[in-house]
Amino acid sequence: MSNGDEFDERLRQARTRQGLDRAPEGARGLPQGPWGIGFRAGIEVVSALVVGVGIGLLLDRWLGSWPWLFLVFFVLGSAAGVMNVYRLFTPRKPPRAT
Amino acid sequence: MAAEGKTIDALSQFELTPVLGPIGRAVGFSQSAMHMAVAAAVVIALLIYGMRQRALIPGRLQALAESSYEFIHELVEGQIGEEGKRFFPFVFALFMFILLGNLIGLLPYAFTFTSHIIVTFALAMVVFVLITVLGLVIHGTHFFSYFFPQGAPIAMAPLIVPIEIISYLSRPISLSVRLFANMVAGHVMLKVFATFVVLMGGAGAIGIFAAVFPLAINIALVGFELLVAFLQAYVFAILTSIYLHDAIHLH
Repeated sequence: MSNGDEFDERLRQARTRQGLDRAPEGARGLPQGPWGIGFRAGIEVVSALVVGVGIGLLLDRWLGSWPWLFLVFFVLGSAAGVMNVYRLFTPRKPPRAT
Repeated sequence: MAAEGKTIDALSQFELTPVLGPIGRAVGFSQSAMHMAVAAAVVIALLIYGMRQRALIPGRLQALAESSYEFIHELVEGQIGEEGKRFFPFVFALFMFILLGNLIGLLPYAFTFTSHIIVTFALAMVVFVLITVLGLVIHGTHFFSYFFPQGAPIAMAPLIVPIEIISYLSRPISLSVRLFANMVAGHVMLKVFATFVVLMGGAGAIGIFAAVFPLAINIALVGFELLVAFLQAYVFAILTSIYLHDAIHLH
């Protein structure tokens, strides 16, 4: 009978060695390769900028205040992009009870 | 198809053409729409046909159907939690549709509908509208506290609130652009290197020898594209679940 236990033990060790048993905290993980992270960060910045610039241009067109709102929302969009990237690198579930 | 007139024509593969003869032309039924229908049909067929046996020891198709089910089930439960189970059908349908769209697009002569920004943007907008409506229904006006993090000084509100709103509005864009850009980049690279093979192969005996190298690159690229096809569907699904989690729990 101990034979079976030994096999389980060895199988577990082999799986860990091969990286088949991922640590459970990796369950929430998005792909973490350097390219993936870089690409994601870039897209987050660009999309926030696009939204900011879009809102600024629309408001300017509506209120006729070109280029001031565009400039304001350009800055806000960049800040939102930085926020997006910041969120990308901070753990998502802080121990904050809500 | 690859190298008409000895030029590299990498983008014509994304052009829409009507299919199904005059009927398709009349209603504007493009090959993109046809591939969407095929992808949906394959998903349904996989689940219905694969699970028909209901064997205790699954066959290949049943194992495929079950493992894809369990994969997304685990993902949704891990990201959203227990109450997220009712969104499982939504995330599963999204994941399978995008995955099959990406994979079918890798077949020769097939069309990748996820390489059109309007398709991915529509999918992302479905997610966006869902999370917004869900957040409003569950939390009412308290939902808007999402745009102001707790503990921040109230004097910062005029700055933080627009930033958070822009950040929130950028979600559908980043979600759709990520999938779209990955698919377009991959298919353009495939087409460019395939064109190299044809062009070099047409350049005499040395050319045929040299054409082996872009061919080898292309083989590696196809494997890489398989990875990307799966990964992007997975990323879309996991981000959808993260957004759903945010909408349900706020922060």
